[in-house]
Amino acid sequence: MKFIAFAAATLTATTAFAQTDPADWDAVVAAADGQTVYWNAWGGSTTTNDFIAWVGERVAEDYGVTLEHVKLSDTADAVSRVLAERSAGQDSDGAIDMIWINGANFAAMKDAELLFGPFAEQLPNWSIVDVEGKSVQTDFTVPTEGLESPWAMAQVVFIHDTADLPEPLADMEAIAEWAAANPGRFTFPQPPDFLGSTFLKQALLDLTDDATPLYAPVEEADYEAVTAPLWSFLEELTPNLWRQGRAYPQTGPRQLQLIADNEVDLAISFSPGEASTAIANFELPDTARTFVLENGTIGNASFVAIPYNSSSTEGAMIVANFLLSAEAQARALDPEVLGYGTVLDVAALPEAERALFDNIDLGIATLTPEELGTALAEPHPSWMTRIEADWIERYGVAE
Amino acid sequence: MMDKARGLTLDHLTLSKGTETLLSVDAHVAPGDVLSVMGPSGSGKSTLLSALIGTLAPAFAMQGRILLDGEDLAGKPPEARRIGLLFQDAMLFPHLSVGENLAFGLSPDVRGRVARRQVVEEGLIEIGLEGFAPRDPATLSGGQRARVALMRTLLARPRALLLDEPFSRLDTDRRASIRSLVLERARKERLPVILVTHDEADAQAAGGRVVRIGQE
Amino acid sequence: MSARRGLRFVPALTLLALVGPVAAGLIGTLLPAFGYLPAAGLTDWGLAAFAELGAWPGLPASVRLSLTTGLIATALSLAIVTLALAGWQGTPAFRWIERSLSPLLSVPHAAAAFGIAFLIAPSGWVVRLFSPWATGWERPPDLLILQDPAGISLIVGLVAKEVPFLLLMSLAALGQTEASRSLLAARTLGYGRVAGWLVTVFPQVYRQIRLPVFVVLVFSMSVVDVAIILGPNTPNTLSVQIVRWMGDPDLALRLRAAAAAMLQLALVFGGLLAWRIGEWAFARIARRILVRGRRGCMLDRTRGLSAGAILLIAVALFAGIAGLALWSFAGFWSYPNALPDMLILRSWMRHGPELLGPLGSTALIAGLAAGIALVLTIGCLEAEHRHGVRMRRAGAFLLYLPLLIPQTAFLPGLQTLMLSAGLQSGLWPVVLAHVVFVLPYVFLSLADPFRAWDTRLDIAARSMGTSADGVLWRVRLPMLLAPLLTALAVGLAVSVGQYLPTLLVGGGRVQTLTTEAVALASGGDRRAIGIYGLAQTLAALLPFAAAVLVPRLVWRNRRGMRHDG
Repeated sequence: MKFIAFAAATLTATTAFAQTDPADWDAVVAAADGQTVYWNAWGGSTTTNDFIAWVGERVAEDYGVTLEHVKLSDTADAVSRVLAERSAGQDSDGAIDMIWINGANFAAMKDAELLFGPFAEQLPNWSIVDVEGKSVQTDFTVPTEGLESPWAMAQVVFIHDTADLPEPLADMEAIAEWAAANPGRFTFPQPPDFLGSTFLKQALLDLTDDATPLYAPVEEADYEAVTAPLWSFLEELTPNLWRQGRAYPQTGPRQLQLIADNEVDLAISFSPGEASTAIANFELPDTARTFVLENGTIGNASFVAIPYNSSSTEGAMIVANFLLSAEAQARALDPEVLGYGTVLDVAALPEAERALFDNIDLGIATLTPEELGTALAEPHPSWMTRIEADWIERYGVAE
Repeated sequence: MMDKARGLTLDHLTLSKGTETLLSVDAHVAPGDVLSVMGPSGSGKSTLLSALIGTLAPAFAMQGRILLDGEDLAGKPPEARRIGLLFQDAMLFPHLSVGENLAFGLSPDVRGRVARRQVVEEGLIEIGLEGFAPRDPATLSGGQRARVALMRTLLARPRALLLDEPFSRLDTDRRASIRSLVLERARKERLPVILVTHDEADAQAAGGRVVRIGQE
Repeated sequence: MSARRGLRFVPALTLLALVGPVAAGLIGTLLPAFGYLPAAGLTDWGLAAFAELGAWPGLPASVRLSLTTGLIATALSLAIVTLALAGWQGTPAFRWIERSLSPLLSVPHAAAAFGIAFLIAPSGWVVRLFSPWATGWERPPDLLILQDPAGISLIVGLVAKEVPFLLLMSLAALGQTEASRSLLAARTLGYGRVAGWLVTVFPQVYRQIRLPVFVVLVFSMSVVDVAIILGPNTPNTLSVQIVRWMGDPDLALRLRAAAAAMLQLALVFGGLLAWRIGEWAFARIARRILVRGRRGCMLDRTRGLSAGAILLIAVALFAGIAGLALWSFAGFWSYPNALPDMLILRSWMRHGPELLGPLGSTALIAGLAAGIALVLTIGCLEAEHRHGVRMRRAGAFLLYLPLLIPQTAFLPGLQTLMLSAGLQSGLWPVVLAHVVFVLPYVFLSLADPFRAWDTRLDIAARSMGTSADGVLWRVRLPMLLAPLLTALAVGLAVSVGQYLPTLLVGGGRVQTLTTEAVALASGGDRRAIGIYGLAQTLAALLPFAAAVLVPRLVWRNRRGMRHDG
């Protein structure tokens, strides 16, 4: 049983601490055999958990790497943990070997030099990543510099229950109008939840006339002027939200439950395939569909990074590389499994591997890549931090 | 028997558990009289007490009637019977002072702080404990506690008095004096008294009729 | 014999195991509160963190919430327990209450909160049962029932869990009072049942359950998992906010979290002080009323009320667990259907296998922590018996210390300090952290039966030439089998329910059913929550069942060892 292995691993003496050069892949594979990788990843979605468990089985088969999924309720917990370890002088054999990360958490860890690497661009499978077409070398405008490796693409979509809201809404103003006509039937996760903050950014991008300032640090712009349309939009929208905006769901998946309970009809999601997967899992009514705004929606990549004090860096690189394989990417794309977008350039893959992708039925509620259109880039992370704080002050602590 | 209306009547009272009859009593206790119930432990004395107070466990069955001043007590909870009870030990409430213990017993018909305090103080004088009101009951001797318990019961103005071996824990010197105090007070207040005891001397001192239960 | 001399030091060792981590954790929190967090490159001493905390706009509401929900939940729980005891103690109905509530005590807080959340939500089970045929609600009403800003549903959830706890504590205390005779004395003086109990028995009981009441107060004021599920979010209670700040990627916020943890500590002390003042005022007023001699028979009318409250709590907790079970088998299940469209095994097939890992580590940690706690407890009690090394009042208070200090105030600091001391994250630190919370309950559960053991049996056995150790192993412990198993079961249940110590001290590497369930909670997948909640409940419940059954089997031919009835 797993726990015995885990107990044994904890009780045995500290293993030798040496990090292999990522470029010497054969040495990496050799060193990884027998290692245990603690992957700290958000555990709030059962489909993601299942996928990670499958990855664990596969890397154990092929490379002898044991993968343990440490389920977080918030990725920031892992950041705190690495920080605490460094403050205690634990510079090797840290508790975390890999983190599912992006955006502000990545910026914070990169800034504090808490990451191992660069390693991402030395991975063998980096060669099949769609470096040109997808934003895999910047993360919220911050250059990744090989310190994190992409594994999934995400794009904002809106899930609507066609039983109550039959037609897609064109833009944020249409959402506000619909909410006014149907008070209490829309909500979004409460910032600083990642998806909730994304809704705010999405609203600002859609409402603003000139998005250029959003791609530079917030200090360089006239914050008040740039964000004014967002606040007047929220002023109008909030009273028409579910519970009049006096309570919010705490996470994205919680919104799905609200749709299933027929409490709301519209929700935001960062995963184009999530609705189809949820229908298959009885978590959404089969009347649920998705749409994107006419002017496009935000997209970004999910990454994995390795803390500087991991003693299983080789094993973690094996997992990162496996995540980039056509096998793993195709499985993640399958709505029956995960419904995450791929980071690979599918068209450039060899015939056999391309077939893996072609055979996937994207699902009843999933938009085709053409319908999704080109994703809008994430603004600079400083905007998210500032807008989030501002929203919390205006709405998050309302009496 | 005279004056059937007043006093405590055990009218063909039979207590049983399952098919086994524990005891049968048929007696009338007139105001100021004492009925002594004697028997070894396990003879059903405490069951009789429970029946009188109104706390008979469901496992027991009762036939016959218990009448107090002509009124059938069947189905009445203990607090509605107004039968005072003196225990083996005094059962003073340890968190209340001596005075508060008495005030706790004193009938609410006596109204007003001053009036109530005065009645309590008079009660203390009567039992020879003048000025004991603020004392902690734990600092009292056994005899003093017994007297306070008696006065607490009397201040509640009961219509009858039950004595559950109330003297058995006292040493021989005090025993006689407390016993005569209790019996004298009961006679003076014209209360019908049932004394449950296993001590022949108690029964003799009480002077009334003696019922023996649980014997061959 | 050296082993015997060693016994003298067990009480000191036990206190160290309890107080050491708490003190260390508080220091680890204190330093960053005043600006010292070298890990983040912050070494400027000062009050900046407190100033920032003061500037947080949610602070007044958050502080008020923590105070009001904590005080109201505690007062309400105590009132319900007291009135139920006053109205029903010693009656056959009460024995039924006792039996139905004891298993509910072991239902983990998070599972209970989930169950209640699904019951009382506007789209929850209660509304579904009556909709739309009686209410006319084709859609769930847009009512702010869960996570209301006043914290009412949080209070409801806390009361449902604290009433069984206080009830069992009171029952233990009642064993040491002459409750039924005191009550009889009052009733023969003409007092009503409830009034008589309140005046004569309650003061004696309350004196003994005061520390447990304080524990309830501290817990209610600083709880995290229940508050996340049922409490308001605009803003959160202070404890939830501390955990959020601790986890923020902005490292400077950890200073604010530390400052808030200090504030939480002060709040808890303020709450305890307010409670003490309330006690004093209540006692004064009660005495005034008492000497008037009013018999208070109309108070007996509260018997229906208290029985109703207890019944409601029992039904709510049972129904909540039943709801979890149903969700774990549910296909699509939308409002206003009172039952799922269909029952499926799919959720169990998905999550069943992955339960095994956390289940194993939960059992391992709980077994080790409860075992260590039991050994230390027996050591302390035996040392007391042989050498008269008695825990004095201060000792008894220290036993409660880990339960009287909010977890959010010292666990984060403990994490940093443990690491500085070179302790690796992993199994053993988590076990030791669990011991801090398990030990008090094990000790409290075992102390009374252990001390009540008839020491004449010791003399009898010794006079036959048995050594002191021989008496302990061959006479005392076998005779105390039932209380030993109960204490062990209590320890296991407490360990199973621990969330923050496992998460923070285990560095996330240690996954138990509880950490998994709370992590899933953020996702709101009711099917998975149902499965983990059930598993968590069973893990806590089964040891209790064993504690009841095993002594019956072992002593089936010994009438003198049977105490049930």
